[in-house]
Amino acid sequence: MDLSQLEVGQTGVVKEFTDLEMSVKLMEMGCLPGETVKVTRVAPLGDPIAISVSGYQLSLRKFEASTIILQ
Amino acid sequence: MKADIRVALAGNPNTGKSSLFNVLTGLNQKIGNFPGVTVDKKTGYMQLPDGRHAEVVDLPGTYSLYPKSKDESIVFSVLADKADTARPDLVVVVLDATNLKRNLLLYTQIADLKIPVIVALNMMDLARSSAIKIDIDLFSKKLGVPVVPMAIRKGEGVTQLKQAIAHANKVALQPDTIDVNVLAPELIGQISEELQVDNPYFALQLAHQHEHLRFLSSEQSDRIESLEQKHAFHSQKAQAAETVARYNFINDLLYDAVKTPEAAQHESFSNRIDHILTHKVWGFVIFMGILLFIFQSIFAWSSYPMDLIEASFVWAEDALRNVLPEGPLASLLIDGVLAGLSGVLVFIPQIAILFAFISILEDTGYMSRVTFMMDKLMRKVGLSGKSVVPLIGGFACAVPSIMGTRTIENWKDRMITIMVTPLVACSARLPVYTLLIALVVPDQRVWGIFNMQGLVLTAIYVFSLVSAIIVAFVLKFILKVRERGYFIMELPVYRMPRWKNVLFAMYDRSKAFVIQAGKVIIAVSIVLWVLASYGPGDRFERIDQKYRVTERIKTNSPEELNRIIASEKLENSYAGMLGHAIEPVIKPLGYDWKIGIAIITSFAAREVFVGTMATIYSVEGDTDDIQSVQQKMANARNPETGLPVFTLATAFSLMMFYAFAMQCASTVAVVYRETKSWKWPAIQFAYMTALAYGVAFITYQLLK
Repeated sequence: MDLSQLEVGQTGVVKEFTDLEMSVKLMEMGCLPGETVKVTRVAPLGDPIAISVSGYQLSLRKFEASTIILQ
Repeated sequence: MKADIRVALAGNPNTGKSSLFNVLTGLNQKIGNFPGVTVDKKTGYMQLPDGRHAEVVDLPGTYSLYPKSKDESIVFSVLADKADTARPDLVVVVLDATNLKRNLLLYTQIADLKIPVIVALNMMDLARSSAIKIDIDLFSKKLGVPVVPMAIRKGEGVTQLKQAIAHANKVALQPDTIDVNVLAPELIGQISEELQVDNPYFALQLAHQHEHLRFLSSEQSDRIESLEQKHAFHSQKAQAAETVARYNFINDLLYDAVKTPEAAQHESFSNRIDHILTHKVWGFVIFMGILLFIFQSIFAWSSYPMDLIEASFVWAEDALRNVLPEGPLASLLIDGVLAGLSGVLVFIPQIAILFAFISILEDTGYMSRVTFMMDKLMRKVGLSGKSVVPLIGGFACAVPSIMGTRTIENWKDRMITIMVTPLVACSARLPVYTLLIALVVPDQRVWGIFNMQGLVLTAIYVFSLVSAIIVAFVLKFILKVRERGYFIMELPVYRMPRWKNVLFAMYDRSKAFVIQAGKVIIAVSIVLWVLASYGPGDRFERIDQKYRVTERIKTNSPEELNRIIASEKLENSYAGMLGHAIEPVIKPLGYDWKIGIAIITSFAAREVFVGTMATIYSVEGDTDDIQSVQQKMANARNPETGLPVFTLATAFSLMMFYAFAMQCASTVAVVYRETKSWKWPAIQFAYMTALAYGVAFITYQLLK
């Protein structure tokens, strides 16, 4: 299961990444393995999404979210 | 001013870094460029409590020393380059106390570079109200650096920070945060030895970033590259390992020193606002409402100060005409320089208002929501969510809008936005459009409620936005991507705008506009004045002689005679000759040489068209009196055919030409300033003029 499959309000724990380049950027933003993420909202046109991670809100495109594998 | 100590401010975006910069330096600041690169460098001076002076550099906001954008790449090179004149003696790392985990990543990286560090722990007021408890002493002890708790917006902690900066050289250097050597032991060792680097993290950063660092020679860079291959160094894997190690350190630190309640209050407050502002339906409705309000305000609020500026120029021209003896010098000063200046300065109110709104939208955090909502739509045509605001601002004026594209990090998105923004119908086109529409479109009602002329004008405005989007879509396939597109963006919590920062932004951008664009437009006005005021040989003298005959003086009033002379001189001036010279080129568009002159003179600014038409058709009375220009133009006949010059086809062809041609020296100047090269304004000028010619040609041939 990856992050893009979560519905608004659902939480998950980051397990690993499928894209190394993207993973570096995401980890810098606090999206690390073991971290709990929660989908807080989806943009009106369905993409991008916003997640709550490390105590703040991060927005990312669905494609980027799909590279984050959850436990 | 000679500085005793050089201080750099570093931190994540939205941490209050720029507020701190403004508080520390006041109006004593300037914007320049970092040496050799195009990124803005904000520097200022402050006095320390012990009487010494400090130079303060505001580094671009970044989440890490590994850059994602060009702006961010400056941070490491300024901190690392020992030869760089901007290299600081001390770094003040600004941290958001409500978001310490992510904020501390940058701190640990800078700390490991072994430059003396002070932590400015900002947003303490928000942390307190969210019941986040930070043991400042323990925090400071664990990091080994001075930590100053602050609430910059309220002025809390500023004195203490100044004290800490003054004492900085008496404090021991901070300890390492992570063991960097384990990440690539052999490689770090060998780079350190060969390049005589005494800091392992600096050596590791060289391995990661050597290709983009200007202070390394190409031999040094090649050597690092071959060392990396020898030791099988994988930059991204090493970065990932480093980031994990750094967050382990941060988690340990926070576990001891910080107590955070389950859900921070300010965040849930923000969440409630977001429920409405990013709502499927209301989100767009509110956004449209805000845009409409901004659009209206730019027109409504700017008219009074604009009139005032224009009136003061008229007064200054009058005064100068009375004081200066008549002659070429007075004419150059009044008709060239002063006329050119008034063309620039009259836009200041619109620029100031637009930037006030943009900085309020950014400050409150709403701008990132606009980006969030519009991203999918704008991505389809090769723009980004962040292009929305500049495009809409283009209805007022392309100049401040192009300056506003700086918020777009992605190079390609930003370039496309800059390239298409001047297509949006700006306010300078309005006098041209109203004049031409009044000439050929009947003033009658359609379907009982709409005015035909108003409908045509509205259609032109809509058409301009559509054409900008179409060109953006085409450019999407032409421009080469230099970087992979990301949309990993923080949605900051909503906050009240900082009114002082809003004023700073208004002042800053207006000043930049006046100085940068002003230089160019004055130069162009002078050139145009020369071209329109002089002709080859003794042509002008002969015209003077021709009309000085007593017979003429008797039959015509002095004003009338002056106008006839002026008009004939214009035809024989260099500008007039240019008009005749380009006549073959513009004939297929339906224009004669007189329109040709107007097109040439209005390359500096579109609204010049009306003034030139007025002079050419030697109108009675004031040149700004559109009604009489219109009558003269309506009566103008083609000497060969005897038919009216301004037919429906000619007028619409002209409107299309003015819709597409980049006839605005200020825009050219600002694109040069923003891209720091003549290549982009040149390409833009060429493509827009070509497009203008093509569309005007088709329009004329179809309507003829």
